[in-house]
Amino acid sequence: MISMTEISRTAVRALRRNKTRSMLTALGIIIGVAAVIAAFAVGQGANKSIDEQIASFGSNFIMVFPDRSASSASGTVRYITYDDALAVEREVSGIEAVAPMINTSAQLVYGNTNWSTSVIGSTPAYSLVQDREVEYGRNINDSDVRQGAKIAVIGKTIADKMFFGEDPVGRSIRIKKVPFTIIGVFRTKGQNTMGQDQDDLVLVPLTAAQRRLVRWNTPGRISTIYVKGVSMNALQYIQNETEVLMRERHRIRPGEPDDFSVRNISQMLEARRKTTAIMSMLLGSIAVISLVVGGIGIMNIMLVSVTERTREIGIRMAVGAKSRDIRFQFLIEAVVLSMVGGTLGIILGVFAGHALASFTAAPPIFSAGSIILAFVFSALVGIGFGYYPAWKASLLDPIDALKYE
Amino acid sequence: MTLVELKDIRKSFSMGREEVEILHGISLSVEKGEFVAMMGPSGSGKSTTMNILGCLDKPTSGTYFLNGQNINDLESDELAVIRNRTIGFVFQGFNLLQKTSALENVELPLLYAGMQKKERRERAKEALIQMGLEDRLYHEPTQLSGGQQQRVAIARGIVNRAPILMADEPTGNLDSKTSDEIMGLFKKINEKEGTTILLVTHEPDVAAYAKRIVHFKDGMITSDEPNRMVKSA
Repeated sequence: MISMTEISRTAVRALRRNKTRSMLTALGIIIGVAAVIAAFAVGQGANKSIDEQIASFGSNFIMVFPDRSASSASGTVRYITYDDALAVEREVSGIEAVAPMINTSAQLVYGNTNWSTSVIGSTPAYSLVQDREVEYGRNINDSDVRQGAKIAVIGKTIADKMFFGEDPVGRSIRIKKVPFTIIGVFRTKGQNTMGQDQDDLVLVPLTAAQRRLVRWNTPGRISTIYVKGVSMNALQYIQNETEVLMRERHRIRPGEPDDFSVRNISQMLEARRKTTAIMSMLLGSIAVISLVVGGIGIMNIMLVSVTERTREIGIRMAVGAKSRDIRFQFLIEAVVLSMVGGTLGIILGVFAGHALASFTAAPPIFSAGSIILAFVFSALVGIGFGYYPAWKASLLDPIDALKYE
Repeated sequence: MTLVELKDIRKSFSMGREEVEILHGISLSVEKGEFVAMMGPSGSGKSTTMNILGCLDKPTSGTYFLNGQNINDLESDELAVIRNRTIGFVFQGFNLLQKTSALENVELPLLYAGMQKKERRERAKEALIQMGLEDRLYHEPTQLSGGQQQRVAIARGIVNRAPILMADEPTGNLDSKTSDEIMGLFKKINEKEGTTILLVTHEPDVAAYAKRIVHFKDGMITSDEPNRMVKSA
């Protein structure tokens, strides 16, 4: 009885005799497995970062902002106002905090350093809604908002880029040429899944932003309202109640479209998770197709190889190879091809995963499961597509095989 | 002891719709230690008989006893075992595996016999040395002359210490001087090891080395006589 090790050795030697052909044959599997690995890793990485984002955002808040498409249809532009925010806080139950916000972008100047960033005008509730803490100095408080104080809390990035390690607290910077005194620096939050730096921002009192930075004509106009619920479960209720209240306040008759829109952050993230899942599925099915095509490539080359080596098969049979020995030899050649392809594919897939992930900003996750799966799948492709040529080889008649030119 | 016994062997091939019989009842028996040359023009049936004797082909009718065993009812895998254990082959075209060293070629029957690598190496080396190829162990067929290739093939034929060595036109691709060398080797194997040799040839010069000559014509044996003037190399 000839051992598997001996048959494998024979198979490997045969493959090495035709290195170029073997590599090209394995290429289909390499690409297929690499695609499987990369697709899984990027998909899992994106999902994990969405989970993290939900966790870090505090997913239990909703946003209210004006819907321009609706208001332009009626000809009048209705903005969200500070009073809207107060009304929501007063009349909707289940709310933990309401932060009215003005978003604008502005040029910061300190000495001869310039920095362009986003400036947020809000109330102390902002820090509650966004889960932000002040690392040193202090946060803005209600009296700052009442007075419209020209003070600012800055993000870590601005502290680094404009003050180079100097303590920024107490310094004066110009925001749109208006001097503001820095009173604190936020603790760092890092990047979000879109790759945006969450530490590149300035918070000023809502009133200071209204009077000094945006100077909108509509009194009390703000950009957005962030509403944080007491729990995840309360969110749907809060969203419904807020919509009803806003329609009342904006005097929208039944049947007319809203001039505002209410968005739930977890719904938005859920939508993105779905997109990611669809992308993964697409990539995954391309990967499977490419593995099957790779398998057909193996079958094709093995059939050619069996024909080319008919005489070799005849010689082996004449000196005592059983049909089983011949079948195993060619089957193992196919399996070795596909498993070498699988191994190289895994390595390539890890690189490809990292390369792809640089576009999505979420680090890829390579699970042992997906690697084992890819490897097993490539071995199965080898067995599946290698069996027919091997079986054909084993059926050859020794005399015909020996006569083959 | 009778090693090979053919009784009324017939073989037909189908040519399109027609069945063409090319062996019309061959009966032949060979004792252990004989050196038999099977002669005849091409198409006389000697090669077909040889294929049946070598368990590479099956007769359409008739019985074949090899080493006391009836070959007729054996499965192809059982025939493979017999080819491996009982018969060594030498072919006209050498039939060595290309891009494979002489040593590995000779090891092949031992590989299929399930022998361990170390022992295989030893036995293959021994057989090649016996054929005078001690300095050609790692050469591949393309690096060897025709005579050397045929000696590798003979080494492969005897490496399993099979009781029978079958050779089908073993000198067909060789010049006369090399032919004589090769035939000398067969003679030596027959005399020293007591290996039974069955040789197919159409050259009287080659058949002259055998102790017994069987003539074939049109699928039948026409004469079967001892060789009175055995040639020595």
